[in-house]
Amino acid sequence: MLRLPTLRPWGRLPAGGWGSRLPKHSNAERARWGAVMRMVGRRLMAAVPILAAVTFGVFAVAAASPFDPVQQYAGAAGLSASQETLDQLRSNLDVDGPFTQRWWDWLTGALSGDLGDSTSLRQPVSQVIGERLGWSVLLCAVGFAFAVLVGTALGVAAARRKGGLLDRTVTSLAYTLEAAPPFWIGLLGIWLFAVRFDVLPAGGLTDSGSDIVTAGALLRHLALPALVLGLSQVPWFLLYVRQGVADALEEDAVRGARARGLAERTVLLQHALRSGLLPLLTLVGSRVPELITGALLVETVFSWPGIASVTVKAATATDFPLLAALTTLATVAVLGGNLLSDLLYGLADPRVALEEM
Amino acid sequence: MSAVLKGGPTLRAGRGRRLRVRASAAVLVAVLAAVLLVPLLFPLDEQAVDMANKLHAPSAAHPFGTDDVGRDVLLRCVYGLRVSLLVGVVAALAATVIGTAVGAAAGAAGGRTDRMVMRVVDVFSSVPHLLLGIFIVAMFRPGVWPVVASVGLTHWLSTARIVRAEMLSLRSRDFVDAAVSGGASRWRVAVRHLLPGVLPQAGLAAVLMVPHAIWHESALSFLGLGLPTHRASLGNMIQSARGTLLAGDWWPTLFPGLFLIIPTLAIASLAGVWRERINPRRRSELML
Repeated sequence: MLRLPTLRPWGRLPAGGWGSRLPKHSNAERARWGAVMRMVGRRLMAAVPILAAVTFGVFAVAAASPFDPVQQYAGAAGLSASQETLDQLRSNLDVDGPFTQRWWDWLTGALSGDLGDSTSLRQPVSQVIGERLGWSVLLCAVGFAFAVLVGTALGVAAARRKGGLLDRTVTSLAYTLEAAPPFWIGLLGIWLFAVRFDVLPAGGLTDSGSDIVTAGALLRHLALPALVLGLSQVPWFLLYVRQGVADALEEDAVRGARARGLAERTVLLQHALRSGLLPLLTLVGSRVPELITGALLVETVFSWPGIASVTVKAATATDFPLLAALTTLATVAVLGGNLLSDLLYGLADPRVALEEM
Repeated sequence: MSAVLKGGPTLRAGRGRRLRVRASAAVLVAVLAAVLLVPLLFPLDEQAVDMANKLHAPSAAHPFGTDDVGRDVLLRCVYGLRVSLLVGVVAALAATVIGTAVGAAAGAAGGRTDRMVMRVVDVFSSVPHLLLGIFIVAMFRPGVWPVVASVGLTHWLSTARIVRAEMLSLRSRDFVDAAVSGGASRWRVAVRHLLPGVLPQAGLAAVLMVPHAIWHESALSFLGLGLPTHRASLGNMIQSARGTLLAGDWWPTLFPGLFLIIPTLAIASLAGVWRERINPRRRSELML
């Protein structure tokens, strides 16, 4: 079926959402979904060698480093222990073979859910991750939602009159914020809200003296870390929205809407924002690395009990099994985000040739 | 961080732009003068403590106040910036050398080598920079070199992509065809004809990498995984000021952060002008 380019590619979207301009259950729509699924399959296949390479690299770096898990396990006793005891320990810890062997054992174990034991927390790695993953996802989701809302609002406001006072202020602020380290912003936030005004807690998940997470306490403890993580993501989002909407305002479709006498508000929100936001939505998934970077810093500043703060703790304690699993998990998250981007892109814009992705 | 590090906003022509370029240049000159001259004029003993003067709020005698052991925060900021800049420049150079070598090899060789190198780039870009950096320092710390390696090994990707793309576009130019038909070897073409063409791009990438490297180093130092504390960088300073912050003393935290932001913005703004000069056609409002 030949699709002619229209003057308003995304000016008005159908009620059913993106990609559903085709009649429901038509052959063409079914073919489109089939193509999407094939792309997902291809991406999953491509992820396998990447994950294998990343985990292999992690084990290779560990093998090249001066770090010795046996000495770490034995501690001070390792200095006086006989070579025989150390060798025995080495084989007990399963760290005696070449690193390729250990990598392969780890990989096959990981596929059956066994990621080894954390040397610093003395519990299974899968348990460490299971207990903390939810908190990190919560923090990242709230922070990212904040960034999307604030970034969109300020980006549209700035794009309305490019080069105006508001635009210049917002843009300069965005570049400054982008250059500011999130941990520093977090500390200033603690000073302002926890020390100076004493309205929000400085960190943790529960009030002091209590171990039970209540909804109210969670909300108060979440507010500041989510705000800081969100702020660290705002500049990128804001600048992209500003650019996208400003470009869209130049499009024929939007000019046409203006010429028809539509209200400025309608033009801006219904036409320019939709058109400007579409390419952006597809980029959201590719922000996972930056989100993880932000979480590593923000969770540490606020002692948030998530997997990012435990990553830093694992690094400080040279907890290799935990670090290896968390690095792999982060890679899975990044690849998942990339896939999500492509998926949204493919579904949002029917003109994209999925076979090439 | 990426928006700033690829050169910041492209400034509109005119008075405002000239003003900003001049201000950025002035900031950079001041920063360089400070980190080079201040240690000669005002030696600071990192170990010296002066408990009688601890945690003084900013005043005329101590414009940025004093820290929890009575050292002048302004002086420590200059010393911290000196360490941060030094490590940042060395690490950025390391990243640029790796990136240029890899990108040039891929671009000049083409074919299977190129595809393989690009797969390696894909693998590296699938792990978040800071996480990979943390892993590397965790395995090799403590010390300065693990930090440099951590930045170098995680930040070469963008340079490699830029250099490769530039190489590929140069390869289709007439002078390269002329060199090949003149009987130049593959190596000679790569080194004598292609490499000089990509050097301006690589140089720009190196300059833009400096703030990125400083940012990465200060994050590692803040997390307690970076530079040893006797070589305090700005990140170490912010880390060690956490205790005093909770007691309400904000100045040992605030000023090191400003010392990180201001040179970053100055470098980004100047590099933006440089980029426009070498890529006049790729001029765009937004570089993220």
